Amino acid sequence: MKPYRINLMVCAGTGCVANHSFEIKKALEDEVKKRGLENEVQVVATGCNGFCAEGPLMVVQPEGIFYHQVTIKDIPHLVEEHFLKGRPVQKLMYVPPDAKAPIPKMSDISFFNRQMLIALRNRGLIDPEKIDEAIGRGAYSALAKVLTAMTPPEVVSLIKASGLRGRGGGGFPTGIKWETCRKAHGEPKYIICNADEGDPGAFMDRSIIEGDPHSVLEGMLIGAYAIGSHHGYIYIRQEYPLARERLTIAVQQAREYGLLGDNIFGTGFQFDIKVARGAGAFVCGESTALMASIEGRVGEPRAKYIHTVEHGLWNLPTCLNNVETWATVPEIILKGAEWFTSIGTGDVSKNPWGGSKGTKVFSLTGKVKNTGLVEVPMGITLREIIYDIGGGIPKGKQFKSVQTGGPSGGFLPASLLDLQVDYEQLTEAGSMMGSGGMVVMDEDNCMVDMAKYFLAFTQDESCGKCTPCREGTMRMLETLERITQGKGREEDIQLLEDLSQFVMDASLCALGGSAPNPVLTSLRYFREEYITHIRDKKCPAHVCRELNVYTIDPGLCVTKGHGCGVCRRQCPENAITGEKNVAHVVSQELCKKCGVCYDVCKFDAVKVA
Amino acid sequence: MPNIKIEDLARIQEQVRHTTLLREGAGRAKITVHMGTCGISAGARKVMDALLKVFEERDIKDIILTTSGCAGLCSREPMATVEIAGQAPVKYVDLTDTKIREIFERHVMGGKVVTEYALAYGSERTH
Amino acid sequence: MDTQNLETIIRKRGAHPGALIEVLLDVQEKYRYLPPEIVEKVSRELTVPASWIYHIATFYNAFSLQPRGRYCVSVCLGTACHVGGGVKILEKIERDLRVKRGCTTTDLDFSLDEVHCLGCCGLAPVVTVNEDLYGKVDLSHVPRILKKYTTKKVGVEDA
Repeated sequence: MKPYRINLMVCAGTGCVANHSFEIKKALEDEVKKRGLENEVQVVATGCNGFCAEGPLMVVQPEGIFYHQVTIKDIPHLVEEHFLKGRPVQKLMYVPPDAKAPIPKMSDISFFNRQMLIALRNRGLIDPEKIDEAIGRGAYSALAKVLTAMTPPEVVSLIKASGLRGRGGGGFPTGIKWETCRKAHGEPKYIICNADEGDPGAFMDRSIIEGDPHSVLEGMLIGAYAIGSHHGYIYIRQEYPLARERLTIAVQQAREYGLLGDNIFGTGFQFDIKVARGAGAFVCGESTALMASIEGRVGEPRAKYIHTVEHGLWNLPTCLNNVETWATVPEIILKGAEWFTSIGTGDVSKNPWGGSKGTKVFSLTGKVKNTGLVEVPMGITLREIIYDIGGGIPKGKQFKSVQTGGPSGGFLPASLLDLQVDYEQLTEAGSMMGSGGMVVMDEDNCMVDMAKYFLAFTQDESCGKCTPCREGTMRMLETLERITQGKGREEDIQLLEDLSQFVMDASLCALGGSAPNPVLTSLRYFREEYITHIRDKKCPAHVCRELNVYTIDPGLCVTKGHGCGVCRRQCPENAITGEKNVAHVVSQELCKKCGVCYDVCKFDAVKVA
Repeated sequence: MPNIKIEDLARIQEQVRHTTLLREGAGRAKITVHMGTCGISAGARKVMDALLKVFEERDIKDIILTTSGCAGLCSREPMATVEIAGQAPVKYVDLTDTKIREIFERHVMGGKVVTEYALAYGSERTH
Repeated sequence: MDTQNLETIIRKRGAHPGALIEVLLDVQEKYRYLPPEIVEKVSRELTVPASWIYHIATFYNAFSLQPRGRYCVSVCLGTACHVGGGVKILEKIERDLRVKRGCTTTDLDFSLDEVHCLGCCGLAPVVTVNEDLYGKVDLSHVPRILKKYTTKKVGVEDA
């Protein structure tokens, strides 16, 4: 039987029948048929809803919208608006007493209704410090399934078929990683969860661990079974104390239940997890550096031609995935590869790199109205994320750019807002998926400054092992600093492009290999901003402060501010003179262009040009 | 605690349903304060403290007070969810200790949704 | 130098080279830096050369070889905080505490640092003082925040 898109549950309890609910049901059926919706909409008579005072009542499923006091003459309008056009009719919706407007449904809030929760499936629903609540929402049932009904190779094939790719940055197919590690020689084998979420602007891993740590433990257990490992590590950033605490509690509770340790579920399978702390080095998010750090060494990456799946932690086969990847695994086990591949883009049936399947969590921040964590199906457009979910740019400002992928990613301009978000399309545009940071910038942000910001970050975090990364990023940063200080030269753009290529080609790990991306994409999409900085010595967004000139509008200062003197007192250089009821003046000789006066003036009397 | 067996999962699920899903005997309402790092830094701890105080003052036994992780919408933190038995949960945003006291009075005790502070009712869809 | 704490730490983490980073993190937390005497003792107990320990200590940002202040003020300069004006907050604190980033006040009250992303970007710009986290910080909040931790005069108030 074909399921109906919409079920109309018309109350046929005594109270509502007295209020003509049978006539209403008949009228609804007629109207539905008239509009040709009879195969999509079904009208059902139900028992009493218990809310007889508001009858006749009607509930629209699956949306759960509640209409009350429906009359025959409302019906044509209702059917047209709601069932044909998909717009529920406000005036018939139930208004709780004392309320001016009905509060919307969660699924009506655009921030929530475009999202699809897989990795974040338990967000806000369970107490993360109580294993029972996680189990209540289905945790460890995927583990039970693999331990009793699947062989390790079957688990590997399922993950391979699902097309799941690493959510930490590179997008390597998880199933292939597991398969290679499974076949690698050497005992014992290790499982690692990379929770060293260092990308500035990304915090989904923190949120998953803080909200649902057992999803990560279960994923690792499944991976351990598939690969044949008995020892796991979770390497977590030192900057995340709450996440570490909740993780430690989760590990402890899982041990008490025998879900970690020997003879799990009485099947003879054994696995245990240690929580290792990072010590504040961004490069330790790189897998080989992370393993060095667990071993108690400095976190310097090594060449990738020696694969960690064969020679990883303590030189033994090691399978490393990040938090979001591990948290996704149990859902794939329970719902199957077919379900997972039905979400997303491309085709992974022949080539595991052929598409991006499932969902990805993004941390949406910067100049958007709704900031937060969003989990969306792959293939959604940037515009949908920024405008539908994020609610657009606040204060009526103009969108300028969105940066994806953190320091390894790039800036995308307004012309690419309709780009579909998946691994391939982002890479093609010069950016990358990365760990899923998504920072929105408006007209007040300077792209040269943003490129400088990211490069300063990677330059600072470069471990210093390879000269191209250590020195190259330094020279690039110097060049960008020169440009933002008004000392840029015409040939600097070419120089930046040449250096970028060199750093990318000659660095050992992905930190250097992707560090120039922010510079290259800003040059590719916002080149004219560089030119304005270099030729006109101006920063159009007034961010590069060395290029700004601060002055005080004497009229506004006196008429509105009455010479309040806040700027004079706050100026660290004592560059402002004036007194009560007298216009203040900035001395251009003394001004160090810190911009404090501009920020503190409540009367907009300080002008920047 | 002895090692659990696979059959125990169903038993625990059933137990949890009884204690948290507001069936008979478990409680007539549940308040969840969303306490991830972002929620806490936005002031969720104060909201929680205010509720704990109310619970203590009135010796409340039939309402479940619990915490959970981040609800995702960081810009509207601190957030809390109020669920009265038999009704859809309601999410409140931008909370303070005074607002949560008011919500407690009017919604949890009085049964009327405080629309001024409410974001929405119902749950997010999961797949 | 009191080494009681160190003994507890080593007992908890284990006296082997693999425990080095965990031990040093605990030492940093307890002593607020890695004192030379302690480094020497860690070197002997864990059988790791002191040079190796200094290699680690200078590589990772979590460690300090100078005593740190009682209150560590960290200004987040992650992307969202940068976009939201974190640098200005940092500069304001530098002026108010009269200390540069990466340094400690002479009375050992405050250390000031910039950090890259604390993972609460929804609240940008963010400042932490030890375990306390302040979100959506405005220039005018800075003196009020700092005053909670000191009785001394900090900054210009009327911003």
